[in-house]
Formats: sequence, structure tokens, C-alpha cells
Amino acid sequence: MGLKSRMTLVLVFLGFVLCILIERSGLLSAYILQISMYVGINIILTLSLNLVNGYMGEFSVGHAGFMAIGAYVSSIITVRVFHNQMGPFVFPLAVIVAGIVTAATSFVVAFPSFRTRGDYLAIVTLAFNMIVKSVLENIDALGGPRGFMGMGRLTNLVNVYAWCLVTIFVVRNLVYSNFGRAVLSIREDEVASNLVSVNTRQMKIMVFLIAAFFAGVAGALFAHVMQFINPRSFAIQKSTDILVMVYLGGIGSIFGSVLGATVYTVLLELLRPLGVWRWVVGPIMLVILMICRPTGIMGLKELTGLIPREERVLGKKEETDVVTASN
Amino acid sequence: MSLLQIEGLTHFFGGLKAVSDFNLELSAGEVVGLIGPNGAGKTTVFNLITGVYKPSAGHIRFEGQELVGLQSCQIISMGIARTFQTIRLFRDLTVLDNVRLGHFAQARYGIRDALMRSGKFRDEEKRIRDKGMELLEAFNLARYAHTQAKALPYGEQRRLEIARALSSNPRLLLLDEPAAGMNPREIDELLERIAWLKDEFDLTIFLIEHQMRVVMGICEHITVLDFGETIAVGAPREIQTNPRVLEAYLGKEVS
Amino acid sequence: MIIILMQQMLNGLQLGSVYALIALGYTMVYGILRLINFAHGDIFMISCYFGFFAAIAFLSNAIPTWLTFIATMMVSMLLTALVAVLIERVAYKPLRLAPRVSAVITALGIGLFLENFTLATLGPTPRGMPALLPNVNYRLGALSLSSVQILIIIISIVLMILLDRVVQKTMTGMAMRAVSYDKATASVMGVPVDRIISTTFAIGSAVAGAGGVLYSLAYPIINPYMGVRIGWWAFIAAVIGGIGNVRGAMLGAYILAFVEVFTPMVLPSSTYRDFVAFTVLLIVLVVRPTGLMGRVTAQKV
Repeated sequence: MGLKSRMTLVLVFLGFVLCILIERSGLLSAYILQISMYVGINIILTLSLNLVNGYMGEFSVGHAGFMAIGAYVSSIITVRVFHNQMGPFVFPLAVIVAGIVTAATSFVVAFPSFRTRGDYLAIVTLAFNMIVKSVLENIDALGGPRGFMGMGRLTNLVNVYAWCLVTIFVVRNLVYSNFGRAVLSIREDEVASNLVSVNTRQMKIMVFLIAAFFAGVAGALFAHVMQFINPRSFAIQKSTDILVMVYLGGIGSIFGSVLGATVYTVLLELLRPLGVWRWVVGPIMLVILMICRPTGIMGLKELTGLIPREERVLGKKEETDVVTASN
Repeated sequence: MSLLQIEGLTHFFGGLKAVSDFNLELSAGEVVGLIGPNGAGKTTVFNLITGVYKPSAGHIRFEGQELVGLQSCQIISMGIARTFQTIRLFRDLTVLDNVRLGHFAQARYGIRDALMRSGKFRDEEKRIRDKGMELLEAFNLARYAHTQAKALPYGEQRRLEIARALSSNPRLLLLDEPAAGMNPREIDELLERIAWLKDEFDLTIFLIEHQMRVVMGICEHITVLDFGETIAVGAPREIQTNPRVLEAYLGKEVS
Repeated sequence: MIIILMQQMLNGLQLGSVYALIALGYTMVYGILRLINFAHGDIFMISCYFGFFAAIAFLSNAIPTWLTFIATMMVSMLLTALVAVLIERVAYKPLRLAPRVSAVITALGIGLFLENFTLATLGPTPRGMPALLPNVNYRLGALSLSSVQILIIIISIVLMILLDRVVQKTMTGMAMRAVSYDKATASVMGVPVDRIISTTFAIGSAVAGAGGVLYSLAYPIINPYMGVRIGWWAFIAAVIGGIGNVRGAMLGAYILAFVEVFTPMVLPSSTYRDFVAFTVLLIVLVVRPTGLMGRVTAQKV
């Protein structure tokens, strides 16, 4: 193990210690703690959607639908199956199961939608989002439109942080591999990709499943911060939020997603004193950003620290701390 | 035994017959040309071979195996590679990534290896990278390895396309108008390169070309298409004097 | 039973007409720019407010009601078109060469902006559209038929036929089709691409503006969020019909309106209508990925 990777481990460990300290000490107000958890959950959502929309160049717009499945599945597990007993022990398992169930559901969407290209996926995922919401509204056992409650506050900063790391780890290792190159080539030119031996259909389904898994995880975490969910929390507007975070931070960039999710979440909080006007100012800033920098803040660039050493481009570009992400 | 065998290949676009009853046999080590005026259906033949379109009728066998019904990626993995009439590189990816992509089907590690960065992953990635660099070196592109493909000059992009095609270790290479947009000097270079390719990589080459100079200089056999119909087959010299070909295609240029 | 069915058919026809007028805007912009203009639903909402204020301003005893109605229509159509062209010029045009999704995200942003700007300036209280026309109920046997209903259906159909003629028969329409087919070539052939794109936005939004006034006559409650749901439905209608295809959008709109009207008759609650509508959409897309009337374009290799 090299010095560099040992450093990384130390940093990760320090992060955990910090999270525990913050939570135990009560140093930060409950409000800031809550926002920090939102930031973490949004990072997971943004990064997973970036995999599909940014790296692969598809246009999925129904991420909140997947989130909803994860949220409801995990809540059923903790509330209905385990009646809030052994919560802290069951919870990690509930999150994973929520992710798996969500991924399995996404297969139903992925399978027919990757036959053709273009805006097809956008419309199918949109429809999926609406259908999930509509179905949830009509299942009385899950509270229908009134929502589902009774979850304990099982999400804490530590497990949000852990899941963020897992997401970053998976996305980074996937992107800088044979599979990642294939995913990027689909974005560049799908037909050509197929014609250099990439099984594009299989790749697309795989990426979509991974993204859905993490959306489900994020949903589960979300449900156990809020302790109350209703179908409206997962309407298309929520999907739009996630989309905005992806394109704000920059497509095809891990650091971009972290940045996008953080900036968006924190900015909306900071603008809170503006009242209704914050939703006027926010969109204007988004539009201006899109016009000045259509590829988002990071725009296809990656933080050097996130690129595996052997993939970094040597030379003067290294000094600028940022290199093209598509290596 | 023949490497590629095409029988009665027919394809319709809507009601339009793009290729009609096309037959061809390629033996290993040959260089064969496919010529014909614009819109004669040449590229369609390539698209049918590589599974981009599914033929309305006919058979395509590669080393005795039926290709019709297979997906493009499967066909490429079997040992066929192609270039495109208009350059279709992965423009935002680096030159090295472009050639590494051809190894996709040969990488022998799974998703778990990639996520866990296992030893197998490292070994395979190193092998793929080395082979990619080797290929770039052979094509005189190594110094561009980390440049985005779109930043290359036109001639280099064309070269990279061929290098990328070779990265999947093909036995049969389909070249779609390799000389498009080239001046006479570049064409000479290209002809040399194709001859070199054929020996160096042990290839059989099937090429579409517009410019007679290229075809006559390099092909052992030529098939001529016009409106999807095969109007002549033979050695370059026979083709040059074939009256139907002259009428359909050469006539305008030669006379 | 038959009577209820007929009655609902009429309601569906009325609702479908309004959806169609909005769906046209989606489909025209998509056809020409390949842009899903997610702000269009909110442009429709804005047009309802324009209609509302125009109606308030014109409404007096001195002017005959039919004149007020026409003036309201005109003002709403004109102002809506103006707003849309302004949005196109300011927000979409700079992104014409950018990645396609950047424009879509911008459209989402513009939509949010319109909604919340309206909310911030005019408040969340719904406004009631004044009745511009005397609403006479005719009875056809057991069937009841209101004059507003007839008016909406007739005006919508006239507008649609007019638009279809414009696209199919006039020079502008021909230029639109040329630009939608290939911008670069159209430009080389002397088509003023920028002007045609603006014109498309103007026409699409003016039609939505007419839709806004007609809709407010039938369902006279105007609020800042009304564009969201109707916008999505109109978009789905455009997709079902084959986005980019003007006649398809009309067909899709009527299908969707019938779904909306008939769902509560078959299923226990009207909350199922989203479910049914989107299921219809998915079925259509699985069977015909380009929509009912969309043309299939072969990929070029």
C-alpha cells in the first residue's frame, strides 16, 4: 500500500471521527446537522444520476421515483417488520435492501427504454416517476396521499457520510476502468461504441441499475431523517432538483457532483430570508450559469485527487490541479 | 476456406431496395475492394456485415459462423473491425482511451474486480494500456496519447480510427473510404500503410473506395455496386474495361 | 349510461381541445430545436393571467361582451408570444451550440422562475376569471351543452386547422420544416433560421395563449402553479402523438383528455388518472417508440 492510499485511509478515518464528534458534542445546532445530512443525501443522489446523465450521456429525469421506492421499502422494514425495535442494527440492512429493491425495479424501466436512443429514456423515466407517485397515493396501507410515518430518526451523520464515501468509491472505481471507458464512449457515440465491441445495451442497463441502487439508498436515508414521507416528497419537482444539482456541478465529474449538491443545498438555505423570492433568484442564477458555462461548474473536469494515479496525465496540466476527466 | 462468405444479401429501407442479392467470398489475406457511385449501397453492405442493420434476406458467415441476427458488439468481438466514412472517434476522450476501448471485449475482469481494484484488474489494465500504447506507437500517435481525439489534425484522426479498429484484434478489417479527403501524397502514404497493415497484423481487408487510384493500386478483386445491384466482379484490370462499369460509374470520369 | 358517456365525451372534447392548444407549442419547439421546452406549461399559466388582467381591464358595460372576449384573446395571445420570444432570445439562443441538455435545464429554470415570479408578485391567492360570455345551457335531449363548451371546441379546432395550414402550405411553414430537418442546410439555402425559430416560439405560445383564455373560461380559477400539471399533460399528449408532429399532438391531446375524463368512471378515484395516463404513454411508447404519428428516422452510420 502506497503512502498516498494510506493518507486517503487516514483522511477517511478522520472524517468518521469528526462526524461522531460533531454528533455527540452538540457543537453544531440541530438545524445545521440536518442541513449537513441533506447535503450528504443530495451528494448520493446527484452522483448516482451523474453516472447516467453525465458519464453515459443519457437523460433520466425520474430519479425521485427511485428515491421513493427506497424510502418506502426501508420504512416498511423498520416500522412494519421490526416495529422500530433493534432499529440501529436493522437500519443498515434496511438501507441495503431498499437499494436492491430499487435497483430491481429500475430494471423494469431500463429493459424497454434502452432499445432506442434520444429522449425516449427521459419520457419513460418521467412516466415512471409519475406512476410511482400515483401508485403510492392509491395504496391505503401505506397511508395513501397522507403519507407514511413512524420511522425512528435512524439516519445520522455517520451513516450519511459512510454512504457518501461508498457512492464516491463505486463511481470512481467504475469510471476509471474498462467499464467506465465504455460508458463514456456511449455518451460520445453509441453506434461507434457498439462497433468497437462494447456491449452498449448491457452497459447501459448496468449503469442504470447502479444509479437506481444509490437513489434507493438515498431515499432510505432521507426517510429516516424526515421520519415522515408522503408521495408528494417524491414528485417530479424533486427529480428536477436533482437534475439541477447534476448540471450545476458539472456532468461527468465526481467532484462536480459533490460541489453541485453542496452549493445548491446550502445556497437554498442561505436564500431562505428572501422568502418566496428565493425561488425567483435561484432559477435566474441557474439560467445565467447555464448560459455562461453550459457544462456546469466543473464541466467535465475532475479533481486530480479523485483520479487514480496511473490515469493522471503527466505534464504541466498536473499543476493546475484539474485535468480532463475523460482520461 | 473462405474467411467471409456473403450469400444473397438483400436489404430494404422502407420500400427502397438498398442492396440486392449481394454475394461475396473473401479468402484470408486478400485485399478486396467495393466500388460504385454515390448511393450505390456500399456503406449499407458494411452496416449489414457489422450488424448495424439487420438484412431483409441473405446470409453472412464469418469463419463459417452465421452473423445475421448477432449484435454489433458480438460481431466485432468475433474478429471483424471497421472504420467509418466520416470520422467517428470518441472526440472528447483521449487518444489512448480511443484505442483502449477496442479491448473492451477482451478485458478479463469483472465489475467486482474493477470496484475492488483487485490484482487481476491491475494486471489486465496494465496489459490493455501497454497494448494500446504499442498500437499508438505503430501508428506514430504515441505522443498524442493524452490529447483529446478531437484536437488531432485530420490525417491523424484518420490514422487513429484505423488504430482503434485494430485494437480489437480483428482478422478482417473493413475500411470505409479510407482515402476520403486526402491529397495524392497522403493517398500514397495510405496505400503503403494498408499494405503494411495487412502483413503486420495478418489482416484480410475489405474496403470501400471512391477513388479509382486507391482501388486499382491495392485490391486483388473488386466488386462493383450500382443501385444496390452487383454489376461486375473481377480483377482491377477487368473491371476497368467492363462496359457496364464504365457506363455506370467510370464512364463519367474516364471519358 | 349512454347519456353520461356522451356527456363525458363532450367534456373530454372540451378538455382535449385546450390540451391540444398547449401540446402544439411543445411539439413545434421540439420539432425545430429538439428542445423539450419545460417552461411551456408555465407560459400557459402566464397567458391565463394576461387573459385575466385584460378581461378585468376591458370589462365594462360600454363594450359588448363578445368584443371584450375577442380583445382579451388578442391581448393574451400577443403578450404571451412576446414573453416567449423574449425567453427564447435571452435564455435559449445563447445555448444553441451548447450540449442539448443545458438548454433543457435552462428551460426547467425558466419554468421555475415564471412560477415563482408570479407567486412572488401576485401572491398565491387564486384569481377568478370573470365570465366574459353569457353561459347559456342548451339541452339536447338529456344532454346538456354549454355555449362556452361549444365555443372552446370550435375556436380550438379552427385554430388547429389554421396552424396546420400554416405549417403545411405557407412559406413560413415550409421554412419551419426546413429548419427542423437541418438547420445548417436551411441556413445555406437562405432561410433566416433565427427569425424562423422566433416565429415558431411566437406561434406556439400565441396558441397556448388562446388556450389559456379558453381554459380560464371553462375552469375560471387561476393560480401560479396551474401550469405545472397541465403542462406535463400537454407534453405527454405531444409525446403520445409523436413529438415534433403537429397533427400527432392534437390526437394525443384528445386521447389524454378522454383518459382523464373516463378514468373516474371506471376506477374508484380520480387519483388514478395520472397512473392511467402514464401507463397509456408507456404502452404507446413500447409499441411505437416514436409516438402514434411520429415518423421513424433511420440512424445514419
